[in-house]
Amino acid sequence: MASAWLSPSQAMLAIDASYFVTAVLFIVGLKRMSSPVTARSGILWAGAGMAVATAVTFFFPGMTNYGLIGAAILIGGVLAAVSGKRVAMTNMPQMIALYNGMGGGAAAAIAAVELYRGETHSYGALALAVGGGIIGAVSFGGSVIAWGKLEGVITRSLRFAGQQIINLLILVAALVVGGLIIAGQGGAGLVTALFVLSLLLGVTMTLPIGGADMPVVISLYNALTGLAVGFEGFVLGNAAMIIAGTVVGSAGTLLTQLMARAMNRSLGNVLFSGFGDTGGEATGTVSGSLKPIEASDVGVMLAFAQKVIVVPGYGMAVAQAQHKIWELCQLLIDRGVTVRFAIHPVAGRMPGHMNVLLAEAGVPYDLIADLEEINAEFDTADVALIIGANDVVNPSARTDKSSPIYGMPILNADRAKNVIVIKRGKGAGFSGIENALFYLDNTRMLYGDAQKAGAELIQAVKAIG
Amino acid sequence: MTGMVALYIFMLAAFTGYEVISRVPVILHTPLMSGSNFVHGIVLVGAMVALGAAHTPLEKAIGFVGVLLAAGNAVGGYVVTERMLEMFKSSGRGGPGKGSR
Repeated sequence: MASAWLSPSQAMLAIDASYFVTAVLFIVGLKRMSSPVTARSGILWAGAGMAVATAVTFFFPGMTNYGLIGAAILIGGVLAAVSGKRVAMTNMPQMIALYNGMGGGAAAAIAAVELYRGETHSYGALALAVGGGIIGAVSFGGSVIAWGKLEGVITRSLRFAGQQIINLLILVAALVVGGLIIAGQGGAGLVTALFVLSLLLGVTMTLPIGGADMPVVISLYNALTGLAVGFEGFVLGNAAMIIAGTVVGSAGTLLTQLMARAMNRSLGNVLFSGFGDTGGEATGTVSGSLKPIEASDVGVMLAFAQKVIVVPGYGMAVAQAQHKIWELCQLLIDRGVTVRFAIHPVAGRMPGHMNVLLAEAGVPYDLIADLEEINAEFDTADVALIIGANDVVNPSARTDKSSPIYGMPILNADRAKNVIVIKRGKGAGFSGIENALFYLDNTRMLYGDAQKAGAELIQAVKAIG
Repeated sequence: MTGMVALYIFMLAAFTGYEVISRVPVILHTPLMSGSNFVHGIVLVGAMVALGAAHTPLEKAIGFVGVLLAAGNAVGGYVVTERMLEMFKSSGRGGPGKGSR
């Protein structure tokens, strides 16, 4: 395409220079995305980098199949754009998992094209192609399962005795096949076996992991896809892919560790223990009774409080109640009540997810506080309003060593003067653990759907005038 | 690109990734994961090169799937990250009901 006015070597130089610009734009973009003030512009910088890189790649010397390339970009791009625009904020984690899996699949596809062609002969390049292919395929298979689990398509966590051993055997088999390919024993059969084994490994590794742990797993696969992209970048001699892939690989690894730490889980624990959706038997003896309260009484309590701390949980997001709750809080703020939102790291489906959901409802981020920031403030709060949150405010995590969530940092909602829990029914939380908070003397239960309860509270506060 | 130079690039890029996000607050974990997910959508250029050099029907088929998946990664990653970050604002004045869903 470009050969009419640039020699191939000139075209290559221009393309490499453009890739360099892309790498810079990506790094600046990521840096800006790591602060709430500049985050918005960060994605625009990174997006510009992607546009530049994609555009110049069309001028790659010796390119053919333009029709196929254009068609694939069009189909993939349009499908992703439509699904990305439509997806509800609550379903964001699984959507990210799906897009991430696609990236892993693409990296594996690049490896497959290179290996099937069989023109790569140096050990280093073969090793990188094989390594990137395995990692990419694992990320693809695993991400699709992660998506299926969070989307509710896959409802059971498949677990059986000796599962870890079988996973290990699949991994070893994939490595052996990969080793044979690197040693030059190539052939289409082995290459096919490599990808089938790797895909299978991603699936079987992810199946036993419970829904609660899935965010950490998605983040891990995100880092792995980055690494796979970096490896394939080496194979193709493409600097933009090497830099962007490696940056994401290391940033993603750090992010995975931060998330695991925020959830008080180690990565090894997440991958190999199989806790996360059954949680275990309802342990711990809970004494006392559940004491219900009427919305009108809560309205009075809130309206005449000095300080209210709202603790939102995933139940609030599922009920789409964040708009109603924010409306209620604005009424309170207008009355002079200090309102803060306390966000536990795992309040949503993944760390930071609840912040996104609140931001969607229009809650300014400076009213939202992290666990460390807010925990001391519960002592001085008149009301802690718990909406659809459960395990993250369970005081058993502090005291009950037999509890599966023992040691997890929690929000000290029990230390507020009054605790109001808005809850749909009397069931236990995501982990299946009974919540001691609900039975405390200063706790009252407001039963009902969070959206409906929010509307009732707004009425109650307005009625006071 | 020689092996050693490639290794240096790898090492420096790894440190860069670590440093760039090492002080990120929890509230940005989800958007940042989504943003880095978008960045590895750069795999699109590799997939384009691979499909552009494909000859046999098998290579073309795999290359086509690769470009399709990579385009999904890049475009989807951008759209959802942009949607999330668009909503972050401080308390100048933000009324409720912004955004219909």
